[in-house]
Amino acid sequence: MTAAVSVRNVLHRFDDFTALHSVDLDISAGEFIVLLGPSGCGKTTLLSILGGFLTPSQGQILIGGRDMTQVPPKDRPTTTMFQDYALFPHMTLLDNVGFGLRMRGQARRQREAKAHDMLAMVGLDEKAKAKPHELSGGQRQRVALARALAVDPDVLLLDEPLGALDLKLRRQMQDELKAIQRRVGTTFVHVTHDQEEAMAVADRIVVMNQGRIEDVGAPQRIYLHPATRFAANFMGEINMIPATATSDGISTPLGDVLIRAGLDGPLSLCLRPESIGLSGDIALGPARLLDAAFFGTHFRCHFAPLAAPDLTLVVHLPQSGHPQIGTTHTLFATTAKVLPA
Amino acid sequence: MGRVVSWIYLFVLYGFIFLPVAVLVLFSFQDGRLPVPPFKGPTLKWYEAVLGNGDLMAALGNSFLVALLSSGMALFLGFLAAHALSRHRLPGSVLMRGILIAPMTVSYLIIALGLLTVFNRIGLPPSLLATGIGHVIINLPLCFSILYAAMGDHQKNAERAARDLGASEAKVLWLVSAPMLVAPMLAAFFLSVTFSWDEFIIAFLLTRFDVTLPVEIWSMLRSGLSPKTNAIGSLVFLASISILIVLEFTVFRKVRK
Repeated sequence: MTAAVSVRNVLHRFDDFTALHSVDLDISAGEFIVLLGPSGCGKTTLLSILGGFLTPSQGQILIGGRDMTQVPPKDRPTTTMFQDYALFPHMTLLDNVGFGLRMRGQARRQREAKAHDMLAMVGLDEKAKAKPHELSGGQRQRVALARALAVDPDVLLLDEPLGALDLKLRRQMQDELKAIQRRVGTTFVHVTHDQEEAMAVADRIVVMNQGRIEDVGAPQRIYLHPATRFAANFMGEINMIPATATSDGISTPLGDVLIRAGLDGPLSLCLRPESIGLSGDIALGPARLLDAAFFGTHFRCHFAPLAAPDLTLVVHLPQSGHPQIGTTHTLFATTAKVLPA
Repeated sequence: MGRVVSWIYLFVLYGFIFLPVAVLVLFSFQDGRLPVPPFKGPTLKWYEAVLGNGDLMAALGNSFLVALLSSGMALFLGFLAAHALSRHRLPGSVLMRGILIAPMTVSYLIIALGLLTVFNRIGLPPSLLATGIGHVIINLPLCFSILYAAMGDHQKNAERAARDLGASEAKVLWLVSAPMLVAPMLAAFFLSVTFSWDEFIIAFLLTRFDVTLPVEIWSMLRSGLSPKTNAIGSLVFLASISILIVLEFTVFRKVRK
């Protein structure tokens, strides 16, 4: 089952601290949405409001078109996968996964059949009689997912579910989450502070900062054409070169660039390190290589442009090159974005 | 050298604790009228007398009944209070905690006198029920403190998950909160049983016709020392030890794992 979610003008205050400032967000049924932002940005508060653990100070939450703002968690068509999994330590995996169905009054035989199915989906059916403490972190995480999905929620809320796993396992679980979401078709709302994780799983990313939404869009769009400086920085490393608008483009210390800014006042030319190289359609002029480090997939280099020696550009050069420190290269950029400074 | 000293210390310590018990048990087998040295050879007649004494056996049963029921009640109330105060922000929660623990600091005699006055007023005659209520009052602070200390964030998250999956508040308590606290619950329950089992002052002031074992023993002592009292003491000691051993090998072993 699946449902659309609508967040309307939601504002939330904790005593004298405002955690969310009038947030509006529409999520389509079956979408995989990631709320991305640093700690304290309000993403977990928003998730708690969706799950019914917090009632917003003002605003409305609609799930499947019905007003859910005042409905307690147990009566919502949502389930949550918690950060620490919150499995019931005294129950077997089968009872853990069947718990939600038991609360809905389903007969033992029916709910155990369903629990077996869900455990099979996450590859743990042969451990159905085990207790949570016998499992590894990744396995517990899978059980938590199976338990949350066993009741066929319209919306699954995931609160930094992969935070406690090591990097390799996290990548693997991201792929699994994405595959399971496609299979069940439930709307997923996933909270994380890891932009790579967000890009790995999301249909759309919601970048949040200080209780406000900075940008909403597909991963590629947000990465390449961020709406704000914060979104640009949070999605990954980026060079920001001061610029001003001219009649047919912008003017920077590295020369004029023919990009229609459509903006006035002080601007920034934003370039990802991998969009700068030794060829491209935007000329950045000659620059001296300060240092280079081998990162496996690329060389991470610092360049000082000759035209503006106090600027430093971070540039990713292909791994096949052998950059010589101190040499001068002519740099070009391919994808550029202009934002207000 | 250090090892020898620590062994000596061990023996002295255990000797100090258990010598009186050993003497009590030894003289329960005394073949004579007084449980004092010299020891005149073993006999089981005092045990026969005790087991054949209807009043004593009735008192033993009463003690068990009062201990189990009052401890169960204290555990139930203590659990609910601890859960409420650790999970919800209540007005005056510090004050409520203080009042809940307060009976621990008041002497049993004062509690018994207070209860006697109140029960008199409301027309509840001295009885096992009155004694049981008294024992709930002295054991509630104990159960509350043990369970309050044991409730952590770990359980809080599991409770949140249960609510999220559709559990009502009663089901959260019964299916998640309580089973996660099995070890401290058992500890609180059995400590309460022990305290109720050998509590004398409240039972003495609040019983009349049906009495508990300590009150019965006391009335036997009034007619002077007898190996019979030693025999009861030995039986009670045997029962406590047996319960402890059974628990150690079943419940607590399982919980630790």
